[in-house]
Amino acid sequence: MPTVNINVNGQDLSAEVEERQLLVHFLRDDMDLTGTHVGCDTSQCGACVVHLEGKAVKSCTMLAVQANGKNITTIEGVADGDNLHPVQEAFRDHHGLQCGFCTPGMIMAAIDIINRKPNLDEKIVREELEGNLCRCTGYQNIVKSILAAANK
Amino acid sequence: MYNFIYEKVNTIQEVEKLLSENEETKILAGGQTLIPTMKQRLASPSTLIDISGIDELNFINDNGNSVTIGSTVTHNEVSSSDIIMKKIPSLASLAEGIGDPHVRNMGTIGGSIANNDPTADYPTACLSLNAKIKTNNREINAEDFFIGLFETALEENEIVVSVEFNIPKKSSYMKFPNPASRYAMAGVYLSVFDDAVNVAVTGASENGVFKWTEMEEALSINLSLENAKNIKLSSDGVMSDIHADSAYRANLVDIMALRAVENLI
Repeated sequence: MPTVNINVNGQDLSAEVEERQLLVHFLRDDMDLTGTHVGCDTSQCGACVVHLEGKAVKSCTMLAVQANGKNITTIEGVADGDNLHPVQEAFRDHHGLQCGFCTPGMIMAAIDIINRKPNLDEKIVREELEGNLCRCTGYQNIVKSILAAANK
Repeated sequence: MYNFIYEKVNTIQEVEKLLSENEETKILAGGQTLIPTMKQRLASPSTLIDISGIDELNFINDNGNSVTIGSTVTHNEVSSSDIIMKKIPSLASLAEGIGDPHVRNMGTIGGSIANNDPTADYPTACLSLNAKIKTNNREINAEDFFIGLFETALEENEIVVSVEFNIPKKSSYMKFPNPASRYAMAGVYLSVFDDAVNVAVTGASENGVFKWTEMEEALSINLSLENAKNIKLSSDGVMSDIHADSAYRANLVDIMALRAVENLI
């Protein structure tokens, strides 16, 4: 099996992976980073979103071997110790979650949106959330949380 | 997903060698179509050649009258490129309308055109902007490249290196996206050059992307809504599925063409 060297949340890791192993399964099953979720497993729901070299990608639609030599950030890596990331803080303050299943992907997507788009408004946020589904349909507060975090 | 041998390469020569030595190979660029297809076991290559690390495939060049985009450039890189936004803004907005932001961070232009999905966006840009598709062996005009459903002129040992788009006087791409997948249920790319008006259509024909010559002729006489309204796409040979039957889809193409014209006058 190929060996991959991946930096996950600031930590250099070396591991053997099967060629066909998806990045999301490497993170969850091998690295015990179960914050990244598998929702639809068909590239639609965005529950598995992580950052690859700082950009949001769907970890269910990527092989672990493709991440060799790259930096990955998962939901576990965004807080600074006990201090939540501003986007996490905003989701808590504005009740941006109901069941919470989509939340890790929503937060990773939100950080990416805020990084890329300097002047966010509600319309842009809703368009940018194209790749993230909330089956509780809790979008009102998710959008509110992202706008609040962007204005911090 | 069935297992495979994974080969990460750094040069086009390495790809050529692997392609000549192995059967049942697939090229992996962004993988946003290939990996879901492999997960469903609809594709089961024995060797996967990852070309994402080949530096010479990752560039956007401004050549004056044309722009060239390397095959591993992602949709996000195209949509946020200063060169593309300035020279062919409709191409930047086409790229921004593919899939969702996460898919656009991985999916590539080369992958999109080599796959030639009948509902993909990029093939219309290639046909409408008289693109030249450069492979490791030759240069192919877009009109000769797209052959049919998921079929291109690419040979077994050939990969897309870059795509060169001519810069039009003005152009517009209008699509009606499937609300779930964002693939085009109808997409019309209209480009105006000094000597021609080009109209390419995706999402509609059972044979994939095509040039709508009747509309081109009408708009060459005069780029007007009146002329566009006189032309209707026949629903013969138009795809029919749970999302839209052929008459509905053909009508969507008519409407997208009107919107594209409206955008340019």
